[in-house]
Amino acid sequence: MLEKQSNLKAWLYLLPAMALLLVFTFYPLFNAFYLAFLRNYSYLNRTAEGYTLFGNFIDVVQDVNFKTAMKNTSIIVFVSVPISVMVALFISVALNSIKKLQGMFQTIFFLPYVTNAIAIGMAFAFIFHQDYGLFNMFLGIFGIDPVNWVGLGASWSTAMFALLVYTVWGGLAFKIMVFLAGLQNIDKQYYDAARVDSTPKWRVFSRITVPLLSPMIAYITITSFIGAFKAYRTIIGMFGPTLRPPGTLSKDSLITIVGLVYDSLSQADAVGKISQAAAASIILFLITLSFTGVQMMISKKRIHY
Amino acid sequence: MEIRLENITKIFVQKDKSEVVAVKSLDITIPTGKLVGLLGPSGCGKSTTLYMIAGLLKPNGGRIFFGEEDVTDTAPEDRGIGLVFQNYALYPHMTVRQNIMFPLENIKVPKPEALVRAQEMANLVGIGELMDRKPKELSGGQQQRVAIARALVKKPRVLLLDEPLSNLDARLRLQTREEIKRIQRETGITTIFVTHDQEEAMSISDEIVLMDFGEKRQVGIPQYVYDYPENLFSAKFLGTPPINIFEGEIKTKKVILDGKAIGITKGTNQKIVIGIRPEGFVLDEKGTFELVVDMVETISRDTSLIIIDPTRENETFRAIVDSKHRIKPGDVLKVSIKTDKLFVFNFETGELIK
Repeated sequence: MLEKQSNLKAWLYLLPAMALLLVFTFYPLFNAFYLAFLRNYSYLNRTAEGYTLFGNFIDVVQDVNFKTAMKNTSIIVFVSVPISVMVALFISVALNSIKKLQGMFQTIFFLPYVTNAIAIGMAFAFIFHQDYGLFNMFLGIFGIDPVNWVGLGASWSTAMFALLVYTVWGGLAFKIMVFLAGLQNIDKQYYDAARVDSTPKWRVFSRITVPLLSPMIAYITITSFIGAFKAYRTIIGMFGPTLRPPGTLSKDSLITIVGLVYDSLSQADAVGKISQAAAASIILFLITLSFTGVQMMISKKRIHY
Repeated sequence: MEIRLENITKIFVQKDKSEVVAVKSLDITIPTGKLVGLLGPSGCGKSTTLYMIAGLLKPNGGRIFFGEEDVTDTAPEDRGIGLVFQNYALYPHMTVRQNIMFPLENIKVPKPEALVRAQEMANLVGIGELMDRKPKELSGGQQQRVAIARALVKKPRVLLLDEPLSNLDARLRLQTREEIKRIQRETGITTIFVTHDQEEAMSISDEIVLMDFGEKRQVGIPQYVYDYPENLFSAKFLGTPPINIFEGEIKTKKVILDGKAIGITKGTNQKIVIGIRPEGFVLDEKGTFELVVDMVETISRDTSLIIIDPTRENETFRAIVDSKHRIKPGDVLKVSIKTDKLFVFNFETGELIK
């Protein structure tokens, strides 16, 4: 009897959160699934011509931008995530080993996290400016001529390079914070023991630090991959709503899968576009889900808790 | 190899910039091939001393010698030491074998040889069949042995153990301390261990170094230190149950307790602290003291008597007598005092008066 009462109370406490989740998460989620299977759904009239199993998905795949979006998303995911995780790991280990000014550097590295992504994107677009950008100035030191990274008519590869630099940098703050917390939890005696046993520095890193930090590394890697699959804000921040350097063709666009979703949504008045957006987001969901599933399976074998 | 500390001082600077002297002008010589216990209460500087010998802490003054070699400025990895940490510091993600082999891999011992040496060392400490387990699958005592094996596998010149038994339960502690003694004898390695447990130190050490407030108080064979304490601290720290302390005085070379002469001394007339070991009381028809028994505890062959202290109000002290005497609470006993269990200390300095 007592147990039942407290159970009831627990549900009561959960009610506000559940209500919000129901309205803003579960309803849209199920609605998206529902929309993705409607044939020629019209957003204006709220009418559809029955159901279709693959029709909307075929529309997504046949979209002129689909291949570009898949290519861009894959590059962002598979290039930026490994690099940013590794860079963050090295910076955290370095930060953790210094004593003076550690707090100051921690703050500096954490600043990007509390700064607006769009604002930083614009700042980065300026850093990569052909004439005034810091990056070209830096290259100038080595006698390299100014490169048109993201300006009028810039090529896809230079724009992608700039975007990747920004993505890596933008993701560092949170990763460093998590890694630092993890590093500070590692018992100092392991390092003393390693020292007494004359362990070379790189071996301390690879055989002690990395394995003992593996739960954090797995967590960061998985969440970063999920985040990278959803990349969109960074591109808007850097290139604006066209998602490409000015004066370039749509094949040079930096559009991602989320970009496809927004693209379809922006044409919501046209018949079937809402369903196409829903289908695109389900494709993204399935890719992310299966990828994360595989990752979890791998990390289960490798992580030491 | 002999280890010599000369005038070693260690000062820690606190967060508020105040200084704490952890070890003060310490001179110790640890003879070759011996098992030496650094013994003292918490905060006496014994672990600090151990870590200075290991090289993980740097002394603020003084020199440390391994044999003839001055190692004061030598990095820990170059000192040739094996160190067993208080909580063992076994790498949790490695198996026992990987843990023991780790120091060998660092110095690039070929793998086949490393495997053989790791197995030999594991056999020596008695965990030869647990090589594929992870540390968390082992009991505390087993982990302890893995840590010792890991420390010994690279054949160090010195083995250092920080509170080696403090994380074990009482029964395992007894067993492990014999084990440490055996391993030390079989390898013949100069071993220093730190402990706050006087029984532990006395039972396995060839020699003990008694420390208090960062200073050495007495050095010697455990039983010798027990029998001939040089100061009140040594007398109080060694022995269970602890020594009984009374106030008394010296009058014309006689030790006076509660108005009665109980011994003779070379000291001049002064106020003194008298220490009498619990086993120093003898039931004697012609005894000088008449004492009232408050409580009786019989533990196997000994009887521990809680006796009402005639010199102080509401105080008791403890005497140990053979359990063949049948004594009840409330009995009045005639007691004399064995002079070799009686120690006299200066009231101010606590130094022994002979």
